[in-house]
Amino acid sequence: MTANCGLSLDQMAWRVAQELQDSWVVNIGIGMPLLVPPHVRADRDVIFHSENGIIGMGPEIEGGDHVDPDLLSAGKRPVRLMPGGSFVHHADSFALARGGRLDAAILGAFQVAQNGDLANWKLPGARTGSIGGAMDIAVGARRVLILMSHTTREGEPKLVDRLAYPPTARGVVTKVFTELGVFAITEDGFVLEEIAPGVCADQVRAGSGAQVKTDGATLMVPPDPVSPREPVLSRA
Amino acid sequence: MKQKRHETPLEAIDRMTDNSVVFVGGFGRAGVPERLVEAVCRRKLRGLTIVSNNAGSNVAGIASLLQEGCVGKIICSFPLAREAVAFRDLYDRNLVDLEVVPQGTLAERIRAGGAGLGGVLTPTGVGTDIAEGKPLIEIDGRAFLIERALRADFALIKAYKVDPLGNLIYRKAARNFNPIMAMAADWVIVEAAEEVGIGALDPEHIITPGVYVDAYCAVTRIDQMMEATP
Repeated sequence: MTANCGLSLDQMAWRVAQELQDSWVVNIGIGMPLLVPPHVRADRDVIFHSENGIIGMGPEIEGGDHVDPDLLSAGKRPVRLMPGGSFVHHADSFALARGGRLDAAILGAFQVAQNGDLANWKLPGARTGSIGGAMDIAVGARRVLILMSHTTREGEPKLVDRLAYPPTARGVVTKVFTELGVFAITEDGFVLEEIAPGVCADQVRAGSGAQVKTDGATLMVPPDPVSPREPVLSRA
Repeated sequence: MKQKRHETPLEAIDRMTDNSVVFVGGFGRAGVPERLVEAVCRRKLRGLTIVSNNAGSNVAGIASLLQEGCVGKIICSFPLAREAVAFRDLYDRNLVDLEVVPQGTLAERIRAGGAGLGGVLTPTGVGTDIAEGKPLIEIDGRAFLIERALRADFALIKAYKVDPLGNLIYRKAARNFNPIMAMAADWVIVEAAEEVGIGALDPEHIITPGVYVDAYCAVTRIDQMMEATP
């Protein structure tokens, strides 16, 4: 994280998790979004979809005797299957994504533009990049929730007027969650909905490469310290 | 009855030739027909176009095909995984061509190939680099790209169980691209962990009917057979 202020990574993951409602089907990819599932509220049964054909993916496994080489996450790490989970082939997995069955997808990003354009697959000027399932999922999910640091390591804003990075999908982002707060994409551009404790609106504006409407933001009250739940592997 | 069973992976791939387009199932290492891939390496086939989700990781699977100099082009969705060392090296030296395809588009192009369609209309990639040079069509006010169907000369498939008719079931997330690839190639070669008799597979559970399968070999791998706790 670049900023020394604002939420910890776990608090950011906790905040995204609060967004997920009971019975939602949520795609989870690789990287920071993997921090989110352990923070889902105990009274909400969220079904995680993994692009490689897992519906009802459980938590990642750290290794050891119970690692199954045929049960991997999108990041190719060993995972469990929730009771009642199922497998489909790749075409059906992406039919689910594009076909409107994902209530939300949690993705990382290089940049998000104020009109909801998303860039997360390729660096500017690079010869190529890895798309994976990001383009299909970003286009297909009903809500695209972005979990990312507010700026790059070099301090460059990642909330921008217009993308400087090659786009992944146009006009798809619903909300952005950073260490500084929660940002909705609206017809008027970025609107700060919640601000992290200890952060002021000037900091948010200074760290953003686009207009951010900050009046009306409420103060977020995350647990401190925030502790992930033990994975629940049964259903009531 | 057509004889599909072969004793070894090398015999199972005997029809494969240089400069073929080859589907290789798998996502990460799950569902990769590693024994068939090994056999292709041993045959030292040249100029293959490999269609697979990844461009290989470390030394197994597609990475070994790259290292053995079998591959002229890769069509995949995720070429630059950290472990794709062999691919990066060849790509940086311009020794292998690359076509990057969004994962869902790759899957749907293959399904269209197997279904006798010319291509698919997808919203994926509209307004991005992927759309360059592709026809755009508007339906009910929404923009779609026309993506061409994708077929292969050969498919290398990893299954869990096979019977003498070539009926297949898969195991967990090792299913991935295998069933759709098995439907979209001219000659389909299967590596199964286990061979069972005709009638042993519940017809309700068969994922790939044997009519799609031309050749198979069975290789028992202990680690693949291990049942993990759910």
